[in-house]
Amino acid sequence: MTLVALEGVGKRFASGTQALAGVELRIEAGEFLAILGPSGCGKSTLLRLIAGLAAPTEGVIRRAASRQVGFVFQDPTLLPWADALGNVRLPLRLAGVDRAEQEARAAAAMAAVGLAGFERAWPRELSGGMRMRVSIARAMVTRPSLLLMDEPFAALDELTRHRLNDDLLGLWAGSGGADGTTVVFVTHSVFESVYLASRVILMAARPGRVVAEMPVVLPGGVPGGAAAPRPAGFRTSADYAALCRQATEALERAMAP
Amino acid sequence: MKPQDAIAPGIVGLAVLGGWEGLVRHYAVPSYVLPGPVAIGQALVADWPLLAGSLLVTLRIALLALLLAVSLGGLLAVAFAQSRWVERAFFPYAVVLQVTPVVAIAPLILIWVDDVTVSLLICAWIVAFFPVLSNTVLGLNSADRNHLELFRLYGASRWQTLWLLRLPGALPYFLAGLRVAGGLALIGAVVAEFVAGAGGTGSGLAFRILEAGYQLKIPRMFAALALISAAGIAIFAVLGLVQHLLLRRWHESAMTPEG
Repeated sequence: MTLVALEGVGKRFASGTQALAGVELRIEAGEFLAILGPSGCGKSTLLRLIAGLAAPTEGVIRRAASRQVGFVFQDPTLLPWADALGNVRLPLRLAGVDRAEQEARAAAAMAAVGLAGFERAWPRELSGGMRMRVSIARAMVTRPSLLLMDEPFAALDELTRHRLNDDLLGLWAGSGGADGTTVVFVTHSVFESVYLASRVILMAARPGRVVAEMPVVLPGGVPGGAAAPRPAGFRTSADYAALCRQATEALERAMAP
Repeated sequence: MKPQDAIAPGIVGLAVLGGWEGLVRHYAVPSYVLPGPVAIGQALVADWPLLAGSLLVTLRIALLALLLAVSLGGLLAVAFAQSRWVERAFFPYAVVLQVTPVVAIAPLILIWVDDVTVSLLICAWIVAFFPVLSNTVLGLNSADRNHLELFRLYGASRWQTLWLLRLPGALPYFLAGLRVAGGLALIGAVVAEFVAGAGGTGSGLAFRILEAGYQLKIPRMFAALALISAAGIAIFAVLGLVQHLLLRRWHESAMTPEG
């Protein structure tokens, strides 16, 4: 089933900048789609269009009727005056869910991202990685059918980032994998996109457009989506290196004048 | 503030008072020109019943004006934040009210309003409400863009966005405005009392200063002045404590740097 379909979508800002042009993209239910491209290629703008936070100036976006969207920003964007649990239950509170259920579901979402016991911690007491976990828990608490992530781990150190990559894949698989949450993950890291996704979309700048698409197929013909979380040692394996090389070459081909 | 932080200003204060007393004694300055701290202290003790009553009158006006400034300034700020049009239409008049010297309007207000207490209250309010208003408006409009998008994404109503995002975010700004307004409310009350003082019905500290001046009871004049300063410092300290208690758990301004 197609969750979101973009047909000939373009976006021109009021300043006259053509941020996106002629984007054709179908987001299929249950996939883990990575949007990969250099800075300034309109990845974030594309994600905002998918979220409905901005409207396209050309083309149309069709969306499946019942969909709950979760959004994870580049920064954790936690409310500093609320504790971790208060932040995680915010979407439920806004939706008018009753208090006891808010707390129970928020606590469960925090446990799912490995933050059980930190419910009463204040955002400023948490490390960058933990804040991002709170942010992910907040996005997952509504059990979204579509989870949109805008370079969420770009500001984190390498090790924290790797751990969060694995945990995110675990969460995605735990949500039912191909039957559960669909993830659209924006990144400028080839390594991250190949590690996480079942399909990678490559973008180029000026104007921002989709230039290539690459399904991630793990060794033995296993589709990337079916092998979440990744097997131990995958990150240092020759197979992973080969996938990264393939994506890098595709990106270079696409960017070549 | 830690107790040891009071040592340095304490030493400076004692040195100034000691030097003052020493000079007054050395040059034998008559107390109707410049009384020394000891004479002022004696006047404070001797006239305490009179001065304490006046202090209460002035404090009551100042605190009521502050209360009005907080409620009206806060409500007006929320109204401004709800609509750009309302803000554009009314903000200039708030500025006009702010920049017009209260000494200049006080006589008019005293003529128009029969009740002296009410007219004093209006004068003090005019001076005190602007910092609350302008700071709170700034705070309400300073909500983080990503936070606003987050609320939009989850379908938050206007009311939810105000209550759960804009108001808590504006709290540090509001409290900073409140601290300024606290001092201004006292100044407004005293200035209005001065203007009304000649009219004779006042019994606040400013009236005592005028009265003592006419009677050449200069030490009492200084004692009343000291009480006004003390009241101002007390208001500032209490509001500072309120600010600290409300913000200590989350806002940078209330954090003590660690290690």
